[in-house]
Amino acid sequence: MSAPAREVVLGRIGEVSRRSDAVPKVTGEFAYSSDLHAAGMLWGHTVRSPQAHARIVGIDTSRALTMPGVHAVLTHDDVPGEKLYGLEFRDQPVLAIDRVRYFGEPVALVAAEHPEQARRAAEQVRVEYELLEPIVDPERATEQAPLHPDRPTMGRGYRDDERPNVVRSLVIRHGDPDARGDVSVSGVYDVGIQDQAFLGPESGLAVPDGEGGVDVYVATQWLHVDRDQGAPCLGVAPGQVRIRLAGVGGAFGGREDLSMQIHGSMLALHTNRPVKIVYSREESFVGHIHRHPARILSEHRATREGRLVCVRVRVLLDGGAYASSSTAVTSNAASFACGPYKVDNALVESLCVYTNNPPCGAMRGFGAVQSCFAHEAQMDKLAAALDIDPVELRLLNALESGDVMPTGQVIAGKLPVAEVIRRCAALTPPEPEELPRDPLRLPGGSGNTTRGEGVRRGVGFAVGFKNIGYSEGFDDYTAARVRLHRTADGELSAEVHCAAAEVGQGVANVILQTARTELETEDVVLAAATTSAVGSAGSASASRMTWMAAGAVQLACRDALAEHRRTGSDVDLERTYRHPRTTPLDPETGQVTGERAHVAYACAAMRVVAEVDVELGLTRVVWIGTVQDVGRAVNPSAVEGQIEGGTAQGLGLALMEEIQTRDGLITNASFTDYLIPTTLDMPPVASELVEDAEPDAPYGVKGVGEPPTVVSTAAVVSALRAATGRELARVPVRPDDIVGL
Amino acid sequence: MRPSILSRPPSTLRAVDVLSPRSLEAALLLKAERPDAVPIQGGTDVMVELNFDRGRPPTLLNLNEVEELRGWSRENGTVWLGAGLTYTEAMEPPLSELLPALAEASRTVGGPQIRNRGTIGGNLGTASPAGDAIPPLLVGDAQVKLVSLRGERVVPLHEFIVGPKRNAMSDDELIAGVHVKPVSGRETFMKIGPRNAMVISVVSLALRVDGDVHAAFGSAGPVPTLVRASTDDVHTLPERVADAASPIDDVRGTAEYRRHALRVLTKRALERCLA
Ligand SMILES: Cc1cc2nc3c(=O)[nH]c(=O)nc-3n(C[C@H](O)[C@H](O)[C@H](O)COP(=O)(O)OP(=O)(O)OC[C@H]3O[C@@H](n4cnc5c(N)ncnc54)[C@H](O)[C@@H]3O)c2cc1C
Repeated sequence: MSAPAREVVLGRIGEVSRRSDAVPKVTGEFAYSSDLHAAGMLWGHTVRSPQAHARIVGIDTSRALTMPGVHAVLTHDDVPGEKLYGLEFRDQPVLAIDRVRYFGEPVALVAAEHPEQARRAAEQVRVEYELLEPIVDPERATEQAPLHPDRPTMGRGYRDDERPNVVRSLVIRHGDPDARGDVSVSGVYDVGIQDQAFLGPESGLAVPDGEGGVDVYVATQWLHVDRDQGAPCLGVAPGQVRIRLAGVGGAFGGREDLSMQIHGSMLALHTNRPVKIVYSREESFVGHIHRHPARILSEHRATREGRLVCVRVRVLLDGGAYASSSTAVTSNAASFACGPYKVDNALVESLCVYTNNPPCGAMRGFGAVQSCFAHEAQMDKLAAALDIDPVELRLLNALESGDVMPTGQVIAGKLPVAEVIRRCAALTPPEPEELPRDPLRLPGGSGNTTRGEGVRRGVGFAVGFKNIGYSEGFDDYTAARVRLHRTADGELSAEVHCAAAEVGQGVANVILQTARTELETEDVVLAAATTSAVGSAGSASASRMTWMAAGAVQLACRDALAEHRRTGSDVDLERTYRHPRTTPLDPETGQVTGERAHVAYACAAMRVVAEVDVELGLTRVVWIGTVQDVGRAVNPSAVEGQIEGGTAQGLGLALMEEIQTRDGLITNASFTDYLIPTTLDMPPVASELVEDAEPDAPYGVKGVGEPPTVVSTAAVVSALRAATGRELARVPVRPDDIVGL
Repeated sequence: MRPSILSRPPSTLRAVDVLSPRSLEAALLLKAERPDAVPIQGGTDVMVELNFDRGRPPTLLNLNEVEELRGWSRENGTVWLGAGLTYTEAMEPPLSELLPALAEASRTVGGPQIRNRGTIGGNLGTASPAGDAIPPLLVGDAQVKLVSLRGERVVPLHEFIVGPKRNAMSDDELIAGVHVKPVSGRETFMKIGPRNAMVISVVSLALRVDGDVHAAFGSAGPVPTLVRASTDDVHTLPERVADAASPIDDVRGTAEYRRHALRVLTKRALERCLA
């Protein structure tokens, strides 16, 4: 870490603050949402479509209803209110109505005394399907029959693209897109479907309040948006749905969309009993959205000296069956397509389509991961074509504050691209280890496949960047409430309410550290996150939660303290914090219509050393060094944790993580076949922070969760290219690609 | 692999009897009485099947308290491995020196928890094409001892495994253990997986040079398969191993890669064992 941090158990802004959930999580005592229990509760189970695309001819629940222990079997007919919901567009049925559009789509619900009884009864729900041809090739989707003929994402200020199955199409024209350079490199890059693969499967408990409302205890990322989506479908007022955060076992974007919230509530309201739903691992893989698979065509034109003249990119994203957050991912993929480089001329076309493949939405990095993989491969290619050192080439083109993005947005805040590159390039990787070695320290690991034969070492480098916060005019805010009083011995004591979801990223500490700093007291407690005590915190997404929560808590604390000083009495007040306003992109030109489309940016550079067995196509990543632009580290050890975890997730996409499908059906919905890195796959990470305070942010903070994931996929593959000399234009890289089969 | 979600055969809820005999004799009596009872040793395969709801046996025959199935010993120039021998035990000297390929294979199995529970007998019971204990046992000319109230019989391992996840055991029989020849020359085991630990093998190879050369591969055909060669024609062995394989494309790898990798592994294994 950059500065030696002082170890303090409680901690104020900038100090290492130990997490209260750390020990219980390590010892297994932490209560996750799957551990919830209520007296007299029933177990819910979801009947899901085994087809990727089919017409529902009929649903027969009669047999299931007579099964032992069964209390309810519900279908779309039983949805009390609106039949459709959605994170941004209401295009998704609570329960499938007349057709299913993806493998695993919910069709019916069962509640029974015992989870096993619920599962058995679910098997007895007879759904008759008439198979329809699935749309599985995103390249052809715009020529096939529309999956959503009413075009739910159109008329929302996006470019009006008449073709069927367009979720969003965006074109950014900047300068003269036909400008030529002395050299040009191009490539076609593919990214497979990555899954969030959080360890805590979707789960929650819905408890009816006896007055028509329901309390839902659930692992989620945004409590209020769950409420606002759920209440209309349940046919109740928003206040009658109280969402309470239960223990979250990882999120990474996968809990932005609803899972069991409406389903559990429907069963609870119907049976008037608490209902718990816990997805199995297999169900979790089919039951949530994934990272968009992408095909990216890029052309980079540059001068002989290496200055970028023009960048032309086409991004095709497969959104799957429903829109989820695809429109924003489409825009992000376009925004970051040219990389953190000065580009005077650009043409970026980004298209996301509906298909019958697994639905995609938010995942850590949100469109920037795919783009970074492509633009960094292009920069390596350009460096090779020009015979310039790849680090020098990046430095030569590095963006900085005051520069103009292809969208026309002037970077108003801090973006120390050159500094992260320079410092990262200066990090020294360890010397190659001697042979012979323990096979665990060679490619192939415990498989004992080499003693050094075929092993080549490669060093890779990449830079990535991403927006912090919600963009394009979204009215984004976070509320915090502070209750302040003086104890009998005259000390200030505070209780803070904020609905920010603690998803493992450590936002609870950020809130407490902020309050302690502002109120200058250690006596601060954080109340449970719920929609009933405080306004919305927005989503624990987009690397925004630290900034937004710190902003809201700071504001509330300052006002509470001022009022307490003025009146001398107890205070209970709530404040809402907003970041600088953003505005939409022009639908025709993709240019900013106001000062900014994105609130702020953060960047990271990464250097990776990998050893590759080029005969077997196996890899060992030996060392990773990274320098990240964090604005200000609120809790340095949590930042380090985010860097390591985020890097591991990007390494996973580079080397192994992929949801595989056949005709839209997922074929590896288990941890047996969807592999995530183990400790033998993930090397130590040497990280340094650039702390250059962001002007518009509380304490100068930036989010830190996503940049490591954005950059690490690109950086790992860069090292593999250096070791093998192969193009490796697809992630995850398969052994076949390395060997050249 | 077939997507399995909710396309399972209907079944009804019922309890499972667990029988826990304390001797091999008692176990055989119970197995004769209840031929549909499923033996369970480490449970690392059986419990997965149960949890995934792929089968619901009416009865489990818990072998964990049958002392005769545990441990290993030397017997007339061979090594006796009890069916209940765990991978962790197989990794420890002096056994690991007598059967180094089995020790190396054991080290590739799962994580520490699985190695502590999983057994050789269970691996043979499952008879998966990807069973990692099988190739090393094949090159050690393993003889499987099956026991029942009717008596005992010894079946060479390559005859014991009759198909993918199918073995030659009768309903009333249990695996007592295997006799394996300790290595006098050299041997090694290698396994390819898409990550560096905790993987089902994409392809694996055991090779023993002991006068003759014995190679056995896993995950590249319906059953792990043995290929023999004399030390004079080792140069053709990589190609012969690849030819003997009949791999498929699946979620873990392609047939082409598996064949390619077998060539590379055989070549490397020969270099290791002939050096
Ligand atoms: C996370 C995980 C990782 C794994 N990794 C690997 C791996 O890397 N390589 C690998 O090969 N396997 C792996 N396995 C599978 C499993 O661990 C092995 O097959 C192990 O050898 C099974 O042994 P067990 O004692 O647990 O068998 P059990 O599950 O108890 O039994 C397996 C089968 O053998 C039968 N059986 C057991 N003992 C006897 C007996 N004495 N007589 C007759 N039948 C018997 C059972 O009825 C059952 O059919 C893994 C499993 C898990 C859960």
